Amino acid sequence: MTGQAHTGRPSKLLRNLSSKIASIPMMLTAVVIFLGGTIWTVVYSFTNSKLLPRAKFVGLDQYERLWDAPRWIVSIQNLAIYGFFTLVFSLVMGFLLAALMDQKIRFENTFRTIFLYPFALSFIVTGLVWQWILNPEFGVQSVVRSLGWTSFTFDPLYNADIVIYGVLIAGLWQGTGLVMCLLLAGLRGIDEDIWKAARVDGIPMWKTYLFIVIPMMRPVFITTLVIIASGIVKVYDLVVAQTSGGPGIASEVPAKYVYDYMFQAQNLGQGFAASTMMLITVAIIIIPWAYLEFGGRKRG
Amino acid sequence: MKIRSMAAALAVTVVLPFAAANATDLEVTHWWTSGGEAAAVAEFAKAFDATGNKWVDGAIAGAGGTARPIMISRITGGDPMGATQFNHGRQAEELVEAGLMRDLTDVATRENWKEIIKPASLLDSCTFDGKIYCAPVNIHSWQWLWLSNAAFEKAGVAVPKNWDEFVAAAPALEKAGIVPLAVGGQPWQAAGAFDVLMVAIAGKDTFYKVFKDRDAEVAGGPDIARVFKAADDARRMSKGTNVQDWNQATNMVITGKAGGQIMGDWAQGEFALAGQVAGKDYTCLPGLGVNDIISTSGDAFYFPLLKDEEKSKAQEVLASTLLAPATQVAFNLKKGSLPVRGDVDLAAANDCMKKGLDILAKGNVIEAPDQMLSADSQKQKEDLFSEFFANPSMTPEDAQKRFADIIASAE
Repeated sequence: MTGQAHTGRPSKLLRNLSSKIASIPMMLTAVVIFLGGTIWTVVYSFTNSKLLPRAKFVGLDQYERLWDAPRWIVSIQNLAIYGFFTLVFSLVMGFLLAALMDQKIRFENTFRTIFLYPFALSFIVTGLVWQWILNPEFGVQSVVRSLGWTSFTFDPLYNADIVIYGVLIAGLWQGTGLVMCLLLAGLRGIDEDIWKAARVDGIPMWKTYLFIVIPMMRPVFITTLVIIASGIVKVYDLVVAQTSGGPGIASEVPAKYVYDYMFQAQNLGQGFAASTMMLITVAIIIIPWAYLEFGGRKRG
Repeated sequence: MKIRSMAAALAVTVVLPFAAANATDLEVTHWWTSGGEAAAVAEFAKAFDATGNKWVDGAIAGAGGTARPIMISRITGGDPMGATQFNHGRQAEELVEAGLMRDLTDVATRENWKEIIKPASLLDSCTFDGKIYCAPVNIHSWQWLWLSNAAFEKAGVAVPKNWDEFVAAAPALEKAGIVPLAVGGQPWQAAGAFDVLMVAIAGKDTFYKVFKDRDAEVAGGPDIARVFKAADDARRMSKGTNVQDWNQATNMVITGKAGGQIMGDWAQGEFALAGQVAGKDYTCLPGLGVNDIISTSGDAFYFPLLKDEEKSKAQEVLASTLLAPATQVAFNLKKGSLPVRGDVDLAAANDCMKKGLDILAKGNVIEAPDQMLSADSQKQKEDLFSEFFANPSMTPEDAQKRFADIIASAE
């Protein structure tokens, strides 16, 4: 303290005081509500809380029951399938659409609006629309049958083996437009000179995209990846609107398990255990990635 | 100075709404939203408004599974309504234990509920530690098979008189392009249908041994194995239902697209609304025509503890209005359920309701699983049976094993 008074510089704590004061509410929100809430949830996942939280600890009982529950296993499998295909297809299709848009086509604005439009709809609306489209009585199947192919069968929402792909179709329809827009913005950020240089060197267009443009778009891809991934983990409303988890339990997802057990089954402990598992899953993916991404850069 | 006047202004805005609000408005939440149900609840509103108070309707769409979390979080979150529907049984148990619900013992003794409410098990379900916490309003029984007379006529077979005849008639129905048994996709429908099969096929004693004594050995034993065989038949017969809500499934029976449906007597409200006549357009078989037993669960109103004295008084008025003979008759005729008091005149009751009243008078009643199992075990059962009914490759033996596990771990 005296040393600082001697040099006459304000203490480190007091530098930019006004901006620090301004960020206090947000910091409090983050620490108390997000972090505090998370810790509270994890702690109570070790109790046998039913309708109301009770601090009666039962060790790992809730987790044992969770991993014994067929519905939870199905939920995890569904999330893995949905997550993998959403990630792959929305990135591939989004990039293809963005690359096509980037060819200086006519009516680009119109196309962009059309592709982005589904994103303006909520998951509930998307789910209901696709529930109707995929309904065998009056959706795609009945249209094709009325055209003459009477044995045509396409009823993913009523077939337990493929129902999750029916949900996937709706999810992709809703989300791909946004991926396209993000990647298009990234493409537009690539310097025109790079394209010219590539053309002078006689590099074919697909090679330019694959080996020059895409590596340069790394930051945009990472942003897109984070947005898609967070959408995957929290998928809930789409399933509720489209299938409500059915047929049977074939299209259940973890977020729905958490909600159903916390509120319908009045078993908070079980719901907390499930949500803690979701948190751990996310942490397993994010921590090594963040370590590589940020830890590496500091050293380099 | 400035701060003080601002604080005063703020205080005024906080106080004003309380002073201005009419103290006898009571918000009542419930999940009665299908056509027949809405007509019935309007009778309650009319009767309560007639006492000089005002019924503020808080209907929550989407069946009990959606509505209950909303109600519970409002009560636990400090924003209680004036009164709320629950199924009587264990759904509100913890809310009562936590002291969030109002003790109605005064009203109950004044109006002699102990004498008038029949069967007594209804009031028992409302009683915790000798105090009464809810007002039962109706008796609903699950154990009904509703059959479409038109569908059987089209298939060229006689309308069955019991479950076995119904199973035997299934191929003929299928040949005529009719789904034999409508089971909607909501999980509680599959679980409920199984409970009904259990009472009909395994009988009352086994039913109690499984759900009341939680005897896992019986649940895994040969009696329940027969029930799972029947559930397997039901699963085969329900193939092609492709609807979600129970009233859509009932509608398949009404329009003759399905042969029958296992559903509680609330389905009757839908038949009545469609202008169908019991015995002529549709047939009802209590206890699936095998075992004339009905369960006596139903709906009850619970009253959260309120600070406002005027509102607390209005709660008492509402509680006694709900049980008044005139309200009971008007409500239950529209709802298709049975009144909770034995001393009212139900001359206008139709064929099916008379069958129900008859069984009730004989005392052939059982408690419903809701009254014996916690919401947690019920949910596990729902998960099991919705999977069982949707997944033809799940064998009855596997399902029974999982069922026994659920019973063993129930508390």
